Amino acid sequence: MDLFTQLLVAAVSSGTPLLFATLGGILIERSGIIQLGAEGLMLMGAVTACLTYLNTESLPITLLAVFAVCALLGVLHAFLTVTLHANQIVSGLAMTMFGSGFSAYLGKSVSGTPLPMSVPKLHLPWIENVPVIGDLFGRLDMLTWFSFLLVIVMHLFIHRTSWGLHMRAIGDNPSTADVMGIHVQAFRYGYVIVGSMLIGLAGADLLLVYSPTWIEGMTAGRGWIAVALIIFARWNPLRALFCAYFFGALDTLGFRIQLITSHIPPYFLKMIPYILTILVLMVLGYRNRNKPSGSPEALGVPYIREQRF
Amino acid sequence: MSDQPIPTTAVPTNPEGKPAAKLRLRLEIERNPSGQGNPWWMTIVSIILALVFCGIFIALNGMNPITVYAKMLRGAFGTSFGFTETLVKAIPLLLCGLGVSIAYRISVWNIGAEGQFVIGAMAATAVTVYWPNLPAYAAIPTMIVLSIVAGGIWGLLTAIPKTHFQVNELITSLMLNYVALLALDYVVFGPWKDPQGFNFPGTPMFTETQSLPVLGDTRLHFGLVFAVIAIIVYAVMIRYTRWGYELRLIGANAEAARNAGIGIKKHILVVMLISGGLAGLAGMSEVSGVTHRLMYGISPGYGYTAIIVAWLARLNPIGLVISSVLFAGLIVGGYSVQTIGLPSSISEMIQGSILFFLIAGATIGKIRIKRSA
Repeated sequence: MDLFTQLLVAAVSSGTPLLFATLGGILIERSGIIQLGAEGLMLMGAVTACLTYLNTESLPITLLAVFAVCALLGVLHAFLTVTLHANQIVSGLAMTMFGSGFSAYLGKSVSGTPLPMSVPKLHLPWIENVPVIGDLFGRLDMLTWFSFLLVIVMHLFIHRTSWGLHMRAIGDNPSTADVMGIHVQAFRYGYVIVGSMLIGLAGADLLLVYSPTWIEGMTAGRGWIAVALIIFARWNPLRALFCAYFFGALDTLGFRIQLITSHIPPYFLKMIPYILTILVLMVLGYRNRNKPSGSPEALGVPYIREQRF
Repeated sequence: MSDQPIPTTAVPTNPEGKPAAKLRLRLEIERNPSGQGNPWWMTIVSIILALVFCGIFIALNGMNPITVYAKMLRGAFGTSFGFTETLVKAIPLLLCGLGVSIAYRISVWNIGAEGQFVIGAMAATAVTVYWPNLPAYAAIPTMIVLSIVAGGIWGLLTAIPKTHFQVNELITSLMLNYVALLALDYVVFGPWKDPQGFNFPGTPMFTETQSLPVLGDTRLHFGLVFAVIAIIVYAVMIRYTRWGYELRLIGANAEAARNAGIGIKKHILVVMLISGGLAGLAGMSEVSGVTHRLMYGISPGYGYTAIIVAWLARLNPIGLVISSVLFAGLIVGGYSVQTIGLPSSISEMIQGSILFFLIAGATIGKIRIKRSA
């Protein structure tokens, strides 16, 4: 493999957790609820995956446990923001703090224990010998294939189905959606729960595929980068794919540069993704200063029936 | 609240006096964005509920939650050593919490106090590294000024993208936290590492002239005075100055404030400068007053805890004092339960759940039972 292909492969493997988290976030925010708890949800997903996998050694049970835990946390976020109309930003921050604290508490006993290889890879012999494409797609694991599928399904769902239309209506103008007979609160609950499950899956993917050892705070800001990726992707799943891989590539770029030259201290290379996140957002904000950002219009506004705004 | 509430948009009420066919009651949530008018006891109920909630998980872990909480309480407030330690931890929490409170007043979501704290600590340490022989009367003021300036600039790095490039300040401030922590790692593992420190990731110990004075033989240091002065200045400014009035107006209704000709961008920049400066000062007082050296992991998450401190206090000055002491106690108590085999991250877990119950309680406290036709 040449350097370029290596970078591509690395971008996909480190971009997949980001992709899952971004897709989950898009689902939640499209329904009008701000999602800032991604960091905490990913950590909870990762620690649940680690504990269940070490105890059961079964991938399906592990994924089910991750989904169950993150669905519960999703119910909590939905209850606070949809039913109680609590501040969505603070609820997300609370989720992040609770998730980091609780995951550290739960994972104390397994911290540093390496996991055996758990996610089976899909070998495609007929594609493996094609240059570049073979290296890229020949030996991907199941979760990565699932992420490809999810991008397509979500794209079609949002833009081509009546359910997707309803979802966009709920996010852009909930009172009109309500008048049209769509149950705003129930759908918001549903999207927050499913989205939280996907973000949890991002954490599980990070742990099971990308770095199979639980360490306290192992997401290192990836949840927050996913929050930024939602904005880069303009709440669009197809764009999310490219944005996530771009950041995945950045994540590994520092490591690659370090292999080539040892003159730059690694700390500065590790800063690259964070600084670039800010810079890209600034460029995007400057370019789109007179255009709508593509964000759902009712994002962050609690919907209260029978009350005027 | 100490400051007079600014009348916000009227709460829509049911038209009274209409002949009702049948008397019905219904629950309605009052729309009052500033959270004023919420009964104070709701805060206490929220904290108790959060402790019960975390108690369930402690019990599942095979420990008696009451024993654990009692041990935490004794560790934090029961002994004179514990109590001074709690006050020592309350200083950075109060300064950072005050900093973020000022930003939250006008809905600027600064969650970057952690990074601003670290940058302030680094700026203060830079004085000891590059001008080691300054006398105390020059060293301490230079450290104070530099830490405030550095923290303030770090805050501006969050504010400028917001005001001029429409970038969400939550993301920027958090990304800058990671950058600041990596910068800290670089200096303590690299150029500033103590050559006689047996590879410990920290700078050499500060000299007497670079350390803040302490009270007697306790660890309580002069930083407490900074915190108290800052709180008093904040309380007075927010209530009696034009600047404070404009901040309250923006907080109550940003659209109305803009129409009244108040420059919101300018306020965001100033507020973030102050917010970052206060966190930077907290960083200075921590290195110069407590650890006496800059080292790896200088902050056990003060900047994040400060967010909850501010929220619990509802941005109120007296509330900030109470809640920062409370959360400092939670951190110290968290350390004290390590001896019985619980990780100190338990205090982080309790902090997160307190925030959950707090915002839930804030809404439940606003529910009114109304008669409706």
